[in-house]
Amino acid sequence: MTPDDASIRNRDAQEAADRSANYEWGFSSDIEQEFAPKGLNEDTVRFISAKKNEPEWMLEWRLKAYRAWLTMEEVSWAKLDIPTIDFQDAYYYAEPKAKEKLGSLDEVDPEILRVYEKLGIPIEEQKVLAGVEGARKVAVDAVFDSVSVATTFREELKKAGVIFLSISEAIREHPDLVRKYLGSVVPQRDNYFACLNSAVFSDGTFVYVPEGVRCPMELSTYFRINAENTGQFERTLIVADTGSYVSYLEGCTAPMRDENQLHAAVVELVALDDAEIKYSTVQNWYPGDAEGKGGIYNFVTKRAMCAGARSKVSWTQVETGSAITWKYPSCILKGESSVGEFYSVAVTNNRQQADTGTKMIHIGANSRSTIVSKGISAGKSNNTYRGLVRVNGAAENVRNFTQCDSLLLGSDCGAHTVPYIEVRNPSAQIEHEATTSKISDDQLFYAMSRGLSQEDAVALIVNGFAREVLKQLPMEFAVEAQKLLGISLEGSVG
Amino acid sequence: MLKIDNLHAIVDGKPILKGISLTLNPGEIHAVMGPNGSGKSTLSYVLAGRPGYEVTEGTVALDGEDLLALEPHERAAKGMFLGFQYPVEIPGVSNVQFLRTALNAQRRARGEVELSAGDFLRLAREQADALGIDMEMMKRAVNVGFSGGEKKRNEMVQLGIIDPRLAILDETDSGLDIDALRIVGQGINRIMRKPDKTVLLITHYQRLLDTVEPDFVHVLADGRIVRSGGSELALELEREGYGAVAA
Repeated sequence: MTPDDASIRNRDAQEAADRSANYEWGFSSDIEQEFAPKGLNEDTVRFISAKKNEPEWMLEWRLKAYRAWLTMEEVSWAKLDIPTIDFQDAYYYAEPKAKEKLGSLDEVDPEILRVYEKLGIPIEEQKVLAGVEGARKVAVDAVFDSVSVATTFREELKKAGVIFLSISEAIREHPDLVRKYLGSVVPQRDNYFACLNSAVFSDGTFVYVPEGVRCPMELSTYFRINAENTGQFERTLIVADTGSYVSYLEGCTAPMRDENQLHAAVVELVALDDAEIKYSTVQNWYPGDAEGKGGIYNFVTKRAMCAGARSKVSWTQVETGSAITWKYPSCILKGESSVGEFYSVAVTNNRQQADTGTKMIHIGANSRSTIVSKGISAGKSNNTYRGLVRVNGAAENVRNFTQCDSLLLGSDCGAHTVPYIEVRNPSAQIEHEATTSKISDDQLFYAMSRGLSQEDAVALIVNGFAREVLKQLPMEFAVEAQKLLGISLEGSVG
Repeated sequence: MLKIDNLHAIVDGKPILKGISLTLNPGEIHAVMGPNGSGKSTLSYVLAGRPGYEVTEGTVALDGEDLLALEPHERAAKGMFLGFQYPVEIPGVSNVQFLRTALNAQRRARGEVELSAGDFLRLAREQADALGIDMEMMKRAVNVGFSGGEKKRNEMVQLGIIDPRLAILDETDSGLDIDALRIVGQGINRIMRKPDKTVLLITHYQRLLDTVEPDFVHVLADGRIVRSGGSELALELEREGYGAVAA
């Protein structure tokens, strides 16, 4: 290393430190909370259920999960260093103090609207929220600290027959649908965190698209963790009936906190015959400071049941946030000729750890799956792709294509690829490609000599690396995601 | 425009440039010629600010300003362009995206208005047409899958789009066939042969200089300029070889 390099490195390190001292979205707003008592026991579960005015069957379902959870153990197989979590030292329920049931956005607490503004909700959605005529329609079911406070476009969706509600409302208004599908894809006992979620989930989203309906707009939900020490347990259930189509966007950032925050969401998707669900995520929860202090723990269970023939589920995710990410959006390809897709960009910087990937379980004949995973590691972070492709014995003519690419920035980070392939039918065609590369000094200098700052150059090169995945995102998200990649890697090359 | 004074530089601890002095005025084209290992590429990298090329002595001033204190992208914003001997591939990033981002970064740094997507595409099409390059190629990833000749022509499209005041062209002629060489040479003349612009042309051979006639020719050997003269010096080199001329 020449002295020039050393000074660049020192300066960049200083700049990075200054920046993280001032996390762009690290603010916290000041809204009165009504807390459940600290800690977790059966009373907490009953409190949550009572706050939600839930029917008896729902309470029983939660209690069953809680009792099962007590007998389970935390996962330890991931390549993650997970600090001990004291589940008694957290609140399991907090909601913005409700004045009354809200009918329109005008009635929303202006403080909450300001928070969304600071979050930089995409301009298209801001227009829609502001009621600008001719704006492209995106329905926003805003989840603020566990409770949906505003739902727009409910009427138009209603006309199409699409049900788009908070899960609490759905439990009250469509108990039969919820009862039929809740836990049908991710059983309560599936894993430790899914089981915990089943007991204490506070809110989330329910979508039902009836037979033959193409959902008239992209559905979008913003999650945001806002109360100190409040674990966030979202529950999402999307059911696409025969021949229907829906595209769902999920995006989030979180304010800065000193204590680690646990997030354990469950997302279940069900696609019947000829139905298609596109689920896109941009995840930007606070990753912690340069030493890894204060970030979100993100333990998410996302799974789709491609139940019907020719059904299709496509997961696209851009993961830049959280101190720890443990997440495997998966597809059970039960229907004949069903299709599962997983497109992922996972960025880790500083001390972040991500163990993420997918499972494609082929049960139906002629089912197909595609996996494209782009891992980007910087700083002292660790980034693992973990994926399973399983072909059951009765599944004829299954095809899978998997591509895992890792990009390293610097020499203190790690990239790991852990593919599991289990094939029990000889007619299957499984392809796996993997590459690992580094951003070269040549590329950086080339881009800089054309006028790009080092950070812009890194952002450009990384976006190029992730292009295959980014182009899967709806327009609303693609631009935001591109910016996010750059922001996440600021100060990572020296 | 550019004043290089007693420039010394080391790479990996090894002295490569051993006291180079050159003054390049607006409206001038200077050719630097020399055998392999004489320090030609090092000179271009030092001027463009490549990390790892360390200046140990001497100064370089661009319009009186200390060039060596600037980052590579700041030098670009001041109007300097380096044409690469080996243009670099950037997978997944289209030429159009790359150049528009770069050009607008420069314009921002200079306090100028950024070009809209439409204006930029018009500019790109104009420059690509002038060099006989298909716009389809401009939509492909930067230099990925390009032949050697295509890469060099792509550098010239970049030169045209970015439209710098000072171009340092490092062996832009290498790997080109006769026709491509003429196209590239004409491109340099069209873009850079102007009263307010300056070119430092680094080359092995006389060939390119048939099209781009230099005002001055300098012979570099072992990190020093051993002779300077007019365009006739290039012909003498071609005839008698570096050994005779540099001796």
